Amino acid sequence: MENKNYTQVINITPELKSRIDELISHYPADKRKSALLPVLHEVQDAHDNWLSADLMAKVAEILEITPIEVFEVVTFYTMYNQKPMGKYMFEFCLTSCCSLRGAEDMLEYACEKLGIQPGGTTEDGMFSVVGVQCLGACGYAPMMQLGDFYKEHLTPAQIDQIIEDCKAGKIILHDK
Amino acid sequence: MAKKILLDKINIPGIKSYEVYRQNGGYASVEKAIKTMTPDAITEEVKASGLRGRGGAGFPMGLKWSFIDKKSGKPRHLVCNADESEPGTFKDRYLMEHIPHLLIEGMITSSYALGANLSYIYIRGEYMWVYKIIERAIKEAYAAGWLGKNILGSDYSLDLHVHCGAGAYICGEETALIESLEGKRGNPRIKPPFPAVSGLWGNPTVVNNVESISNVPWIVNNSGEEFAKIGLGRSTGTKLISASGHIKKPGVYEIELGITVDEFINSEEYCGGMIDDRPIKALIPGGSSVPILPAHLIYKTAEGEDRLMTYESLSEGGFATGSMMGSGGFIVYNDTACIVRNTWNFAKFYAHESCGQCSPCREGTGWMEKVLYRIETGHGTSEDIDLLWDIQRKIEGNTICPLGDAAAWPVAAAIRHFREEFEYHIQFPEKVKNRNHFVDEPFESIKHLVTK
Ligand SMILES: Cc1cc2nc3c(=O)[nH]c(=O)nc-3n(C[C@H](O)[C@H](O)[C@H](O)COP(=O)(O)O)c2cc1C
Ligand code: SF4
Repeated sequence: MENKNYTQVINITPELKSRIDELISHYPADKRKSALLPVLHEVQDAHDNWLSADLMAKVAEILEITPIEVFEVVTFYTMYNQKPMGKYMFEFCLTSCCSLRGAEDMLEYACEKLGIQPGGTTEDGMFSVVGVQCLGACGYAPMMQLGDFYKEHLTPAQIDQIIEDCKAGKIILHDK
Repeated sequence: MAKKILLDKINIPGIKSYEVYRQNGGYASVEKAIKTMTPDAITEEVKASGLRGRGGAGFPMGLKWSFIDKKSGKPRHLVCNADESEPGTFKDRYLMEHIPHLLIEGMITSSYALGANLSYIYIRGEYMWVYKIIERAIKEAYAAGWLGKNILGSDYSLDLHVHCGAGAYICGEETALIESLEGKRGNPRIKPPFPAVSGLWGNPTVVNNVESISNVPWIVNNSGEEFAKIGLGRSTGTKLISASGHIKKPGVYEIELGITVDEFINSEEYCGGMIDDRPIKALIPGGSSVPILPAHLIYKTAEGEDRLMTYESLSEGGFATGSMMGSGGFIVYNDTACIVRNTWNFAKFYAHESCGQCSPCREGTGWMEKVLYRIETGHGTSEDIDLLWDIQRKIEGNTICPLGDAAAWPVAAAIRHFREEFEYHIQFPEKVKNRNHFVDEPFESIKHLVTK
């Protein structure tokens, strides 16, 4: 596994634990496993946007399931990262309508600006740029996802602005 | 102004909040249903409305409800499909973002009709801010007494929760969605058993789309018969259309079923015509899975009739000359679009999203992507078109879930209607090296090079 080289400090804070408990309460008592997807989102958000094998094992323990049950889910869904990603992850939709309206140009622009390849992360760990499949914003193309939010009707000038705002710490990533 | 059922209150300031929604008649259907109607009476109204599922397949909603197993005595569930991942579709997001309580009201009234006491809204993980909007709206509904134990003092109780996915188109397929809600990989189940008999945790379950459920309050308030008067023939009611591509005003529009495609694309009320007034080249009326229509089959059917925005008219001519309403993901292409590139783009999407359970889908989508990429980038051979045709034919009908068909149909339709464009890519490889080849020189002007 690739993430062997990286270490992750696991910290299930009391706030995180109470949010996890709230999510588990949404399912019948004998169906704790159902909370897996929402719980993984919360845990990943609180751990620098990725899930190490140790963290997956911790989630398994909380949900009273085996680590493999967590692992097989993490590897199926694209939103879970198995290695550290940039703090600000630019996810450009490259599917049809976005592509028609210049999505590839925007992705390439962002990569050039940040000096990385598609799929890459800047050395300071601040930014990643990736291409993804349809995000359901076809009428507002081109666009990207940044944290919990969408940035739509993108232009190079706006990408410059977003990068500046990230560097200045002005971007809110999660709606907690 | 055209008739509106879902978006009639969308412009009221603050309609997103519980108070404003309630002041404007919100939750009336829950009161009417629980206080004055039996669950079966509601199902009958929905049947009478003729409402067809808005998630893509267009299955009559009341009929689907009537299949739910009430005899086994197991708990029943309603699950709302808010996975919305079909390329070209972004309407459910619009409803949930701008008028979240409409969906919650529909979930309560519909759950009551089905006798469900525990229901879920499954929303795609990328719509995280919408998930938060729905989560807050559910809390408001609990606080106001519309959810929880003994709603309105009756003996009906309902718990409703929102659940998020994590990036997988296949989880929009109803059995994959159920697997995902159980905390598993989104692998579709073999049917039968159908969810109506064995769904979530083996319990009888109905899965319905966001837009379908959001129509229920109006039907309960006004009757199924009134609903059936809107629209045309068997296409009753209104439909949300997600319009995108080369049009002046992309966005989500509520139309009365039965207007012409011409009116929808060219009137100021809707799409406002083509960007820069360039000619229309193709249309995908119902999301990436439905067949693409070439220019001459967009406004008129092969029989020369006006093409209408109805289930029947959009599919007029079958796959030979028609398409489908699908999810209402309406993508318009002008003459600068390359159909080969677009088909490759979709093939890439399906190859990425195949869950991998069935070999024809897992392997076939990958092969189609590779062959299309080869053609698009000027490395295709003359046998490739027939090879593509052969691959798509071998996927269709040979898989567990309809994703295989959904991947095959767009390829078949593109070859059927735009074969010359594929041939051009193969004969003039140097001309397609630049990815914007038809922006620089629209195919229409160079078509004579390959047509006899
Ligand atoms: C691959 C695939 C993806 C689907 N995605 C969605 C979706 O995102 N939203 C949706 O409502 N239905 C989707 N469906 C259709 C559902 O399986 C199901 O038919 C629908 O949710 C039923 O609701 P309705 O009858 O109200 O339309 C999809 C089907 C397939 C095969
Ligand atoms: S058709 Fe494709 S997506 Fe559907 S079950 Fe088979 S492999 Fe999975």
